[in-house]
Amino acid sequence: MAENLPSPGEQVVIAKPALQSVFKALDSAGYTLIAPVLRNEAIIYDEVSSVDELPIGWTAETGPGHYRLEQRGDESFFGFPAGPSTWKGYLYPSRLKLFSVSKNGGGYQTVPNQDVSPSYAFIGVRACELAAIAIQDRVFIEGPFQDPHYEARREKAFILAVNCTEPGETCFCASMGAGPRCTQAFDLALTELRDAFVIEIGSPLGARMLLDVEWSFAGALELGRADQKITDAENQMGRTLDTSDLPGLLYDNLEHPRWDDVAERCLSCTNCTLVCPTCFCSDMKDISDLTGANTERVRVWDSCFNPDFSYVHGGHLRPNIRARYRQWLTHKLASWIDQFGTSGCVGCGRCITWCPVGIDLTEEIAAIRDEA
Amino acid sequence: MSTAAKPRLAVYKFASCDGCQLSLLDCEDELLAVAGAVEIAYFVEARRQTLAGPYDITLVEGSVTTEEEIERIKEVRRQSRFLVAIGACATAGGIQSLRNWIDVNDYVNTVYATPEYIDTLATSKPISDYVEVDFELRGCPISKYQLLELVTSLLIGRLPHLPSHSVCQECKARGTVCVTVAQGIPCLGPVTLGGCWAICPAFNRGCYGCFGPVEDGNPIALGEQFMALGQTGAQVSRAFRGFNGYAPVFRQASEYFEDK
Amino acid sequence: MATKQSTLQHIPTISLDPMLPHWAAIAKIQDETPGVATYALEFQDLAFRTAYSFLPGQFNMLYLPGIGEVAISISSDPETPHELLHTIRVAGNVTQAIERLKVGDQIGVRGPYGSAWPVEVARGEDLIFVAGGIGLAPLRPAIYHVIRHRAEYGKITILAGARSPEDMLYHDEFDAWREHDIEVIPTVDRADESWQGRVGVVPMLFYSLRPDPRNTTVFTCGPEIMMRFVAYEAMARRIPTERVFVSLERNMKCAVGFCGHCQYGPTFLCKEGPVLSFAQIEPFYNVEEF
Repeated sequence: MAENLPSPGEQVVIAKPALQSVFKALDSAGYTLIAPVLRNEAIIYDEVSSVDELPIGWTAETGPGHYRLEQRGDESFFGFPAGPSTWKGYLYPSRLKLFSVSKNGGGYQTVPNQDVSPSYAFIGVRACELAAIAIQDRVFIEGPFQDPHYEARREKAFILAVNCTEPGETCFCASMGAGPRCTQAFDLALTELRDAFVIEIGSPLGARMLLDVEWSFAGALELGRADQKITDAENQMGRTLDTSDLPGLLYDNLEHPRWDDVAERCLSCTNCTLVCPTCFCSDMKDISDLTGANTERVRVWDSCFNPDFSYVHGGHLRPNIRARYRQWLTHKLASWIDQFGTSGCVGCGRCITWCPVGIDLTEEIAAIRDEA
Repeated sequence: MSTAAKPRLAVYKFASCDGCQLSLLDCEDELLAVAGAVEIAYFVEARRQTLAGPYDITLVEGSVTTEEEIERIKEVRRQSRFLVAIGACATAGGIQSLRNWIDVNDYVNTVYATPEYIDTLATSKPISDYVEVDFELRGCPISKYQLLELVTSLLIGRLPHLPSHSVCQECKARGTVCVTVAQGIPCLGPVTLGGCWAICPAFNRGCYGCFGPVEDGNPIALGEQFMALGQTGAQVSRAFRGFNGYAPVFRQASEYFEDK
Repeated sequence: MATKQSTLQHIPTISLDPMLPHWAAIAKIQDETPGVATYALEFQDLAFRTAYSFLPGQFNMLYLPGIGEVAISISSDPETPHELLHTIRVAGNVTQAIERLKVGDQIGVRGPYGSAWPVEVARGEDLIFVAGGIGLAPLRPAIYHVIRHRAEYGKITILAGARSPEDMLYHDEFDAWREHDIEVIPTVDRADESWQGRVGVVPMLFYSLRPDPRNTTVFTCGPEIMMRFVAYEAMARRIPTERVFVSLERNMKCAVGFCGHCQYGPTFLCKEGPVLSFAQIEPFYNVEEF
């Protein structure tokens, strides 16, 4: 390589302000940068152009049904647990036009959605989120059929990951083997130290984004500090989930009284499924003009908590909240493994935090396990 | 729907504020297409000329609050192939159904200088309490997009695609942060039917349930969460007793929390 | 499935999007029983038509723009895939709209999707087909297959149930099937004066059968309650549940495993189903509202 750039697998150190040069390099390479920002009383993902837009110095207190922004009292760039946004919102948007159809004589003409899919650079992807993306890859790319829209966005996406050093009260990625250390594919992975970032190079493309950045190879001291921070995070998980034989536990307890108990509390409002970074259910709808001659077919997010979800002529197969919560949890933690060879849960805790009534799946599983 | 002549559309008003029928006029861009696709036979707010029935599609706004309205809605039903109740008043009785919990004469005597001129029913009730309704559009006011979808579907000959999900699904789809979880603001979104594109939470306030209860939701559990957030039972009761307060599920919840 | 590779080679790149329909014209409409008709479809794209093939028991997604899409099993002979038939009962939005179509009108088709009746695995065995109502439609391709390869199978019995004589699907084909040494036993829930056959629910027909449990495979499609009793009758005759196959129905939206609607425990009925062995579903079949 003509330029002096680090290679995949190598770890370098940059000063914190130098991250702006990485942003600039990504911007010059044509990426739309999506990063954590402070908005609407939360840290969400949105388009940015500068590191100044990151929620520097902010964190959030999380709990079941509870999220509050707080100032940290320091200048951390990534010192907060995952918020309500997911990268799935970019790879698998909540609404997507599939094609349009118009009447053409006696027949129809189909016009596929050939919009150029956006090139995103995702900034600050946590290990649990990398795991979630890998899970959705299995659904949309690695099965017998491929979703070309997801695939195009996914292939183009640049991933700047962050080793999590700030797990929240509802986090349990360590139980799920999904974090806090980034082990799945990324282009660059940061670990934030007080005055510097340690960056692991994940791909040659990632290395190229350091072209205008002053970097040096990480020394033992920096690597040790970074490693310690991640280890500390692993020990600070707010929650744990005993994952031993979850399929057996759930399949054997489909009539457990705990389902009635949780049905009393669950709102069936769909929040857990929509904040979940792996939930992938969708519906398709036709939108036509008044004459019916022109139609757009769109895909929209759906949820197994919607009564219509299980509709077959004659009625809803899961006609109550008990049946729907049972379907969701059993799918997430048991049948997902049968279907895709992996759990559907990465332990990010979003479903606990963003449940308006604070239902905690780790508690539900513990209750079923104890009384099983 | 007959192809020979244009389908005939009628719009009738009962006890209501006119806001829902204005949604039809609010269709602006699409209004000409609607006017081209149907014959607007009876719509006193839009057209001076009125044509007698029968009508293919009749939109009915407002609740039934007088004896005269009971007879009138029966006649409208007789004249209509598809009768569509539009808005919170027509589908749940509207805000005026607050009278259903008290003696209406108390209101009449308090509000009117000459109460003896007032002839009213003791209750404000939805259209479906009096006649068979083919479709309902919820909302206070209704969504013009749903109105267009309904007219389109009837013209094409299929069932309308109307939302069956909660407001929460729309907040998440448009990226609005949950106001209850992030700010402790009581929000009826989790138990309220979507269709409004979750407009209130997007402006940082809680949903007040104007599209009425979502099918098979859990308002009691939500109300208990409001109380955990510091609301009194009376406040929770009032939250449910709004524009759709007389819709059965919200009615039960409002009564459940009244004395909590 | 089997056709995927060969199909894709013949169509433009963009059709790699599994959500895009292929347009087919209705070549013929044949009324069957009240509310049920069979539609012959002909793909407009000649290359696609030539490449199209399916396995018995698979289904297509049929699409009418502005109305929606519905999963309908293929009911024709898999060895003549260009004569593509769907037997459709009017039930919901889309099927009501299909009923209004005429010969020459077009329908969007995606497919074929799903698993097949394991006719190859069952070679050499006795076969019992058990159908309830419209459930005979997805079984018919398998029946056509065994007729074409009659010598490869042992004793073949078809138990066909319907609510009333006029609801008996494909009854005018029964004699032709019988000519191939197939026993066809129809039964109705409610008979009229004209009815010569049995009266009673389909699983009861098992009482008169003496199947060899070591060498019998059962294919059944109909209401879930019927299939449950068919499975129990088969089990009572010691036919292993691995050799009892059912075809299940769930809300089907995408048919390619993306949308999540058709999940049945560990399976997606659009991918691993609709045809599953009773052994696969037995742990969940008695769980209410699952």
